[in-house]
Amino acid sequence: MNIYVCIKQVPDTETKIKLNPNQSGIDTTGIKWIVSPYDEFAVEEALRLKEKNPGSTVTVLSAGPSRVIEAIRTALATGADQGIHIEIPETADNHLTAKALAGALKKETQVDLIFTGKEAIDDGASQVSQLVAEYLHLPCVSVVNSIQYGNQTVQCKREIEGGSIEILESSMPVLIAAQKGLNEPRYASLPNILKAKKKEVKSLKLGDIGVSEADQKIRYKNFQLPPPKQAGKKISGDPTAQAKELVRILHAEAKVV
Amino acid sequence: MAKVFIIAEQRDGRLKKSTFELIGAASSAGHETHAVLLGEGVSGLATELGHYGAKTVHVAEHSALKYYTSEAYSQVIVPLVKSISPHIILGSHSPTGRDLMPRIAAQLETGLASDCTQLRFEGNQIQVRRPVYAGKATVEVEFLGNGPKLATIRPNALGIPKPNTGLSATVVQISPHLGTLRTRVLDVVKGSSGRPDVTEASIVVSGGRSLKSAENFKILEDLADVLGAAVGASRAAVDAGFRPHRDQVGQTGKVVSPSLYLACGISGAIQHLAGMRTSKVIVAINTDPEAPIFELADYGIVGDLFTLVPLLQEEFKKVKEN
Ligand SMILES: Cc1cc2nc3c(=O)[nH]c(=O)nc-3n(C[C@H](O)[C@H](O)[C@H](O)COP(=O)(O)OP(=O)(O)OC[C@H]3O[C@@H](n4cnc5c(N)ncnc54)[C@H](O)[C@@H]3O)c2cc1C
Repeated sequence: MNIYVCIKQVPDTETKIKLNPNQSGIDTTGIKWIVSPYDEFAVEEALRLKEKNPGSTVTVLSAGPSRVIEAIRTALATGADQGIHIEIPETADNHLTAKALAGALKKETQVDLIFTGKEAIDDGASQVSQLVAEYLHLPCVSVVNSIQYGNQTVQCKREIEGGSIEILESSMPVLIAAQKGLNEPRYASLPNILKAKKKEVKSLKLGDIGVSEADQKIRYKNFQLPPPKQAGKKISGDPTAQAKELVRILHAEAKVV
Repeated sequence: MAKVFIIAEQRDGRLKKSTFELIGAASSAGHETHAVLLGEGVSGLATELGHYGAKTVHVAEHSALKYYTSEAYSQVIVPLVKSISPHIILGSHSPTGRDLMPRIAAQLETGLASDCTQLRFEGNQIQVRRPVYAGKATVEVEFLGNGPKLATIRPNALGIPKPNTGLSATVVQISPHLGTLRTRVLDVVKGSSGRPDVTEASIVVSGGRSLKSAENFKILEDLADVLGAAVGASRAAVDAGFRPHRDQVGQTGKVVSPSLYLACGISGAIQHLAGMRTSKVIVAINTDPEAPIFELADYGIVGDLFTLVPLLQEEFKKVKEN
């Protein structure tokens, strides 16, 4: 089986975000970069599937500036076989990212399954999985926390609203976007870390895959930090008085109850 | 006047509040508002969409549309959009909207701004702002190219308008032409709590590690039930097995924007704040006066949640009964 995983490199969740002077983006100096957490479930799922199907290969793709090769290497160190990096600008939107990933995947001889995370925790748009699937004319099942593999089909459990779970069947090939709960990602082992250094990471430019920067559809501008919050009101007194006063405020002043 | 096309959402024969938000915003701005409603046996809901200001409701009914799939729904919506040529297409950033809208955007080769928390109409354009880096910053979205402008709006961001039963929509039945479908919903297993979803509720009562056990969450559930609220949790509470992951609020959980967020025994880690900072009113109860949650809270009580939550339940009950 030829299994592919699309991953994104994102700032660590602890990062304090600062803006660049003209507010056209964030100041990336000093940022610690990690693999987006949901993508770790995607990588793990690919590795488990490979273990059940000997002879399979797991290829990890990431589109972004050259720093994202480090994220690919991290995935290789957990056991993925090879990587593909597609060079796109830091400011690429979801469309351009998806076109780049789909363009690289189109060059592969056979794609059986593609995994992604359900969203990247920096942009949080949850667009890329569906966009990649559409550009490859493939079905996509998102927010998946359990998969049963059949013969040329998959049965996925996906989370929908109200705590309900939907059971959806899809033909293969298919793109599956992982939700937390799908599995427990493994850590890189020392032998794998050493092996990862020798694994191939192919580099592609947009021109190699028939995509251009004009495929970008939106641009972010006028970045702002959230306005500093006014110090809130502390409610004092004994617990009964505090409870009475809070409920009074929420009902009579804030009018939210 | 712009033509605005809205993806209406229903589940189990009930329209979503977030759909009313979108229709209300477009129609009150004076735009020609179209809505599309898909499902099986749903045409009766078109009237209600009219009360919120939809001018035309396009209804597509088919057994393959009973449950949402991006594949079947986009096969109906994309040709319809092409025949109407709207300037703007809006959906909710709900489990359905966030899955469907990128499919539509890709098929129309046009830009999509996801999870917007601000929306303004300007001529035939929209001005939208959305959070990035889990709400640590916000950005304005500029659309490039000439296609329709697509956006999903975070539920509760716009507010629900008052319906006007004097208004009515023209209902147009469309017969869906579905091609090959590779995806199929086999079953939906209902969540059992009966409480609203954390992302949709207008009040969320959340608890953290300090609740100490799954059983202790009962006091928050009881409070939530008095308020008609959802119960949320911090990651520490989820990781400890007190609550399922679907209740987790934060950067790696759900992003919520209710009118009231009540954080009980939650420290206010940066990843938690990311999930609830756009709530309209934030209340924190914490024994530690230095807890970071107080920096974001509009109202704070330094105290023990095990004492305060039952007292609050009593007080809220009195207000509700009046
Ligand atoms: C990659 C990553 C992603 C993460 N994503 C999320 C996320 O999505 N959501 C999330 O919530 N966290 C997330 N976290 C975890 C986050 O960093 C915190 O660890 C977590 O939010 C802490 O949960 P807590 O507030 O319940 O627990 P603690 O930090 O342990 O806080 C407990 C609080 O309860 C108070 N307390 C104790 N007893 C009482 C009492 N009787 N009455 C009142 N107050 C009391 C204490 O003073 C303390 O402030 C993430 C972390 C990482 C690294």
